[in-house]
Amino acid sequence: MKNTNQVIDNFFADISNSIRKNRIIFSVALLTVVAFIPALGLPSYILRIGVMIMIYAILALGLNIPTGYTGQVSIGHAGFFSIGAYTSAILVTQAGWSMLPAMVAAAAIAGIFGFLLGLPTLRVSGTYLSICTLGFAEIVRMAVLNWDTLTNGPMGIKNIPYPTVFGVEMTLRNYGAYYMILVMLVMTSVFVHLIINSKIGRAFRSIKEDELASMMMGVFTMKYKILSFVLSAIISGMAGAFYAHFMRYIDPNSFTFDTSILILSIVILGGMGTMRGMFLGAIILVSFPEALRFLEQYRFVFYGLVLVIMMRYRPQGLLGWRSKSPYEFPKGVDPDKIARGFNNSSSQNKMI
Amino acid sequence: MSLLEITSIVKKFGGLTALNNVSLHIEEGEIVSLIGPNGAGKTTLFNILTGINEIMHGEIIFEGKAIQNKPPQDIVKLGISRTFQNIRLFQNMRVVENVLIGTHINTEYNFFDALFRTKKHRQQEILKAETAIRLLKAIGLEHRMHDYASDLSYGEQRKVEIARALATGCKLILLDEPAAGMNQQESANLLMFIRELRDNGYTVFLIEHDMNVIMNISDRIYVLDYGVMIAEGKPEEIANNPEVIKAYLGGVIEDAVS
Repeated sequence: MKNTNQVIDNFFADISNSIRKNRIIFSVALLTVVAFIPALGLPSYILRIGVMIMIYAILALGLNIPTGYTGQVSIGHAGFFSIGAYTSAILVTQAGWSMLPAMVAAAAIAGIFGFLLGLPTLRVSGTYLSICTLGFAEIVRMAVLNWDTLTNGPMGIKNIPYPTVFGVEMTLRNYGAYYMILVMLVMTSVFVHLIINSKIGRAFRSIKEDELASMMMGVFTMKYKILSFVLSAIISGMAGAFYAHFMRYIDPNSFTFDTSILILSIVILGGMGTMRGMFLGAIILVSFPEALRFLEQYRFVFYGLVLVIMMRYRPQGLLGWRSKSPYEFPKGVDPDKIARGFNNSSSQNKMI
Repeated sequence: MSLLEITSIVKKFGGLTALNNVSLHIEEGEIVSLIGPNGAGKTTLFNILTGINEIMHGEIIFEGKAIQNKPPQDIVKLGISRTFQNIRLFQNMRVVENVLIGTHINTEYNFFDALFRTKKHRQQEILKAETAIRLLKAIGLEHRMHDYASDLSYGEQRKVEIARALATGCKLILLDEPAAGMNQQESANLLMFIRELRDNGYTVFLIEHDMNVIMNISDRIYVLDYGVMIAEGKPEEIANNPEVIKAYLGGVIEDAVS
């Protein structure tokens, strides 16, 4: 099976190599295709699944920062999702805010909770940290369930207005919701890409690889671990805000342990520490339960089976291969030229 | 003034005294070795110097500043860096990325510079990438910079660890058993490389078991045994020191000889 894995990896690594060379053309082409999907005149049921896939892709991109890159496994991201959804819903329905500022506030408040949850990472790691995040999500759920005056408790919040941007309602009927979440997904992807391909992303990955070595090389590991949680919480909170307005109804049962596990499953199935994996993972795991409706209650057995088989034969995730293309240096650096020693400053002083 | 001055430090792990009243000094541009039997406290001394372990008594002065019990990142910033006894590279990162992590502490841009790809971000990234490539060239691994660290041979990984430590911009580099697991040819290369380091202005402090390496390279040697510094001197002095021979080979009972 290991060999099969290698064959698959080589095959896809070659493809991804050629994609990488024409990255911009490829992204634009893909985006065009995705943008034209509503024009096919699909039933709104299908479009709704498309929107859910994109919401979960954003959540997975968020969770991927602490879990995929930094190595801090969180099984409580429904907590941030929930905080974002409730913050925005409450601000819009009770305080009369419009949606966009409410969404920013939702992201900010989720970010603050991300900071608070990041703090225990100073003390615990590994499984113990995961248990902390699980506890956090449960606390959030209990608070939401019992804080009747603010959250309307188990009754949930009804009649949340549609997402509106500059007075235009974004519904499935006019495809506004679809394009709005698509824009959010693109923005999130660009954001994550920029952060990961910088010294911040390198620091995250070094913590996952070897925390002690990372610290000894001068990385403030505590700071970066907390940062990874904050960024992730902000992204999840934003997704939550959109979710609340899109579904128009939220209650504590929308954000249970199952939701946390679904997000984590997407990250693991797609391939931890990759961005491509998040999209594929979300497509598979969100559309699966829908596609398998004919199996009725057995579909979750099937879903579990897929995950077990995956963990056995492809633990790195479906798209979790190592890139075979050369490391991308920033523009203006010619590695071969420097390595050949034509750079005059290097010939005089060999070290640095 | 010495580059590094350690004065009577004491380190206890529970009831075990790992280091007892240990003092030493390292001058700028020296290659100093620390030897001793297993469990003598050599790595503990390195861990204290780099801020992993705290000490109860004593003083560590680096370039006139007290550095005992400071966080590791502050010590790196001041100019002490290290390698590890068991290789601790970031295995799933590229070789050049490993070295770039070394430059992290001196890469001066913040979160928003990275997010908006400011000029500062661009300049710093270019500068550090060039530094990393040059360091890899200096250790002769420029042809492997695109590879993942786990794909390198043992000897190459040791070299990358040294390059990563140098990338922090340190003045004093601590090498914890750099020749461990190397064959004759590799350790001969290592000897040359360490001398080159010294010639380029670095000060080297190393732990080593390979006597061939130690005797060939060291300006001075310290010998640690059960947490006590039992000898200090030039290689030939150490080789003939009865205390050292006793620590390594065991004492000779006078009666048994006669």
